[in-house]
Amino acid sequence: MRISTGNIFRLRKTWWRFEETFFRSLMIFSSMVIVGVLLLIIFSIMKTGIPALSFEMLTQTPKGGFYFGKEGGILNAIVGSAYLAVGATGLALSIGLPVAIFMNTWLLKHKKTVNIIRFILDLLWGVPSIIYGAIGFMIMIMLGLKTSLLAGIIVVGMFILPIMIRAIDEALKTSPSGLTEASLSLGSTKSELGFKVLAKQCFPGIITAVLLSFGRAIGDAASVLFTTGFTDNIPTSLTQPTATLPLSIFFQLTSPIPEVKNRAYAAAVVLTIIILLTSILSRVFSNRYKKHSIKF
Amino acid sequence: MKPFRIGRLVKERVNRVWMTLWTVIIILTPVIIGGFLLWKSSMLLEENSLMKLLGSSEWKPLSGKFGFSPFIISSLWVTFLALIIAGPICILSALHLTYYAPSFFMKIVQPAIDILAGIPSVIYGVWGVVVIVPFISGHLAPVFNAETSGYSILAGGLVLSVMIIPFILNILIEIFNTIPVELREATLSLGVSNWITIRSVLLRKAFPGIISAIGLGLSRAFGETIAVLMVVGNVTHVPEGVFQPGYPLTALIANNYGEMLSIPLYDSALMLAALILFAIVVLFNLASRLIIIRYENKYR
Amino acid sequence: MENETKIRIENLNLSIGKSKILKDINVEIPKHKITVILGPSGCGKTTLLKSMNRLTDIYSDIRVSGKILIDGEDILHTDKDVTEIRKRMGLLSQRPYPLPMNIYKNIAFGLKISGRRKKRFLNKRIEHYLKQANLWNEVKDRLKEPAASLSIGQQQRLCLARGLAVDPDIILADEPTSALDPISSQEIEKKFTELKNGYTIVLVTHILRQAIRLADYVIFMYLGEVIEQGPAEQFFKSPQTEITKAYLKGSIN
Repeated sequence: MRISTGNIFRLRKTWWRFEETFFRSLMIFSSMVIVGVLLLIIFSIMKTGIPALSFEMLTQTPKGGFYFGKEGGILNAIVGSAYLAVGATGLALSIGLPVAIFMNTWLLKHKKTVNIIRFILDLLWGVPSIIYGAIGFMIMIMLGLKTSLLAGIIVVGMFILPIMIRAIDEALKTSPSGLTEASLSLGSTKSELGFKVLAKQCFPGIITAVLLSFGRAIGDAASVLFTTGFTDNIPTSLTQPTATLPLSIFFQLTSPIPEVKNRAYAAAVVLTIIILLTSILSRVFSNRYKKHSIKF
Repeated sequence: MKPFRIGRLVKERVNRVWMTLWTVIIILTPVIIGGFLLWKSSMLLEENSLMKLLGSSEWKPLSGKFGFSPFIISSLWVTFLALIIAGPICILSALHLTYYAPSFFMKIVQPAIDILAGIPSVIYGVWGVVVIVPFISGHLAPVFNAETSGYSILAGGLVLSVMIIPFILNILIEIFNTIPVELREATLSLGVSNWITIRSVLLRKAFPGIISAIGLGLSRAFGETIAVLMVVGNVTHVPEGVFQPGYPLTALIANNYGEMLSIPLYDSALMLAALILFAIVVLFNLASRLIIIRYENKYR
Repeated sequence: MENETKIRIENLNLSIGKSKILKDINVEIPKHKITVILGPSGCGKTTLLKSMNRLTDIYSDIRVSGKILIDGEDILHTDKDVTEIRKRMGLLSQRPYPLPMNIYKNIAFGLKISGRRKKRFLNKRIEHYLKQANLWNEVKDRLKEPAASLSIGQQQRLCLARGLAVDPDIILADEPTSALDPISSQEIEKKFTELKNGYTIVLVTHILRQAIRLADYVIFMYLGEVIEQGPAEQFFKSPQTEITKAYLKGSIN
């Protein structure tokens, strides 16, 4: 009786050891797959795109016959995307910063309200960008407006607003409550507390939020698909339509002409590099931010 | 001194008013979006019952026939395929990163996750076209004896799964980190191995969290547009296998917006597509977040 | 027999990252006694306790050196599976952490990993261990309810029963009463004095009165070092070092 129990126990142990090794290998494999896929994506984008990349590509706008493989570059899309992303990020920041500050100063006492706002912002962040784009376009039709840079800035700005507010909010949340109390007891108003003390204290966090939103703004295609239009020229005013990098990739990739397709690949490299730079920059800032907050 | 002080207080008032206004607008936005879409799609809904629209697979805008089932079913196909691929990988990797991996490994993987999360949809699309689509038509399909151009439900599901991995993974890591380390220590102290502890205690404890992470992934995948559109084929039919092309809801909206004004009721139909999309996304988002909040409150 | 050593720790050093948590620990823990590890919070006493059943293994940046001998066997350098080492020690943590299962399964879990599966046997043993933890009368009619539905004091006793069910010979307790109400605390303390006939108990606490009530042997730690150790009577009546005297007077906390 005792012996058999012992045997069963030993058998179980062996089985456990097998299970442990098996699942552990699966786990390591999964983590490897994730890192591997990232490397594969970057590698294949670079491999197809870099041969097509040239100085001319980055510095010229499309010339006549561009879409049949003739001369020109994607400067229109690069500049258009830059205008659009900067504009949208600026718009989202100018609304988002005050709202985030509002949540962390005036509403500090109303924990429940703040949590509801956070919940709704997270919910809005889950709304697909195509819906923002579709509604934006619908409203433009109703008002009789044409596609333009401004329309794109507003739609993309609204689309990135939730992430902007939440990211700033997370930064402000970590500021020590002693600072808030000290500042208020010195007799400053809540807006002074918010804009002068908290915003300065959390400056690196705000930069991170801006970079994060910028990355979203420059990369999203579905929201600008109907709102910015597409043009070969670099826009000179807010009311003109504009090209963007994501759409330039999207439209040219479907072309049957290899030269045009190559341009899509080249544009993909440009966009990927912009995104990687933004990501690295925000990592640098958030690391510095962490160092800063340890001091407290 | 006095005017200065009054100026400050007036500024404070003014700030308060417009900040409140913006906050209220933001709170109301989901309702505004839902209401707007409902209003815009009401024209179509007045002429056809919702059930008929959802159930029918006949999509002939020119003769006024709008059956949404090919699009909804395509969306479901790619979404579930993405979840089936990404779900296990995310759970296993999150367990690895929280319970097994040395800290230096986390320092390598965390930036990788962040970068994956930041890569734009259209880049994933290009990757899908360059790598996944040829892989399916050239290598995978022959194994299964399937005829396909590669632009298929499977391509959409694969690309989508990579896109939602960072999203689900980050949530899961957070979920596993909220499980008190003492529970793990207490279980290990009973003399069970690491994996048995995870399998029979920690995963059970994290179960609601895992469900909601998957739910959030689902709603993200459901709303993804450009990347899926680029690889899924866009053929209006009810797909019957993963090697067939599909036509998800998001792609329907994106592809047809330009011409919608020339056909009666078309705009209303596309708005209904957006409404269905919005409803499904918000529903899953809402449910998942409520589960997570309840779950996290248990440990506070 | 009277003063047999159960656990002997030699030159134990432990660091997390770059900070040293335990410095050159040398202690002896007698068999079938209650040994209290005493000291102000943050002095490393919990870490010392957890290193005894190698829970420190699960953190990748912890480095341990030295020897921990249990019945003469060095558990830090052994071929034995770590699960076998841990099985010999029951752990009671600061707050109760019942398994996410019902009350019955909480105890059955430990029995099942030892290969016990027969229903009748399980029922008998579960009753036995719940009785040992003074919990049986309160839960016998609700064994299928989730463990989380118990009061926190009951949960702690359930955790004790769960620990006993894997048949350990050492009980490691990390401030087990810190989350409990006075009456539940008293019950746990009473249980410990009963259990010490069959088990070697190591109890971490920062409550001086609790140490005085329970200890047979005291290890006093301060800033990662063992300052003083000895039989309780000697330790409390005639402390040897200045730091100990200051602590007993209440000037270190």
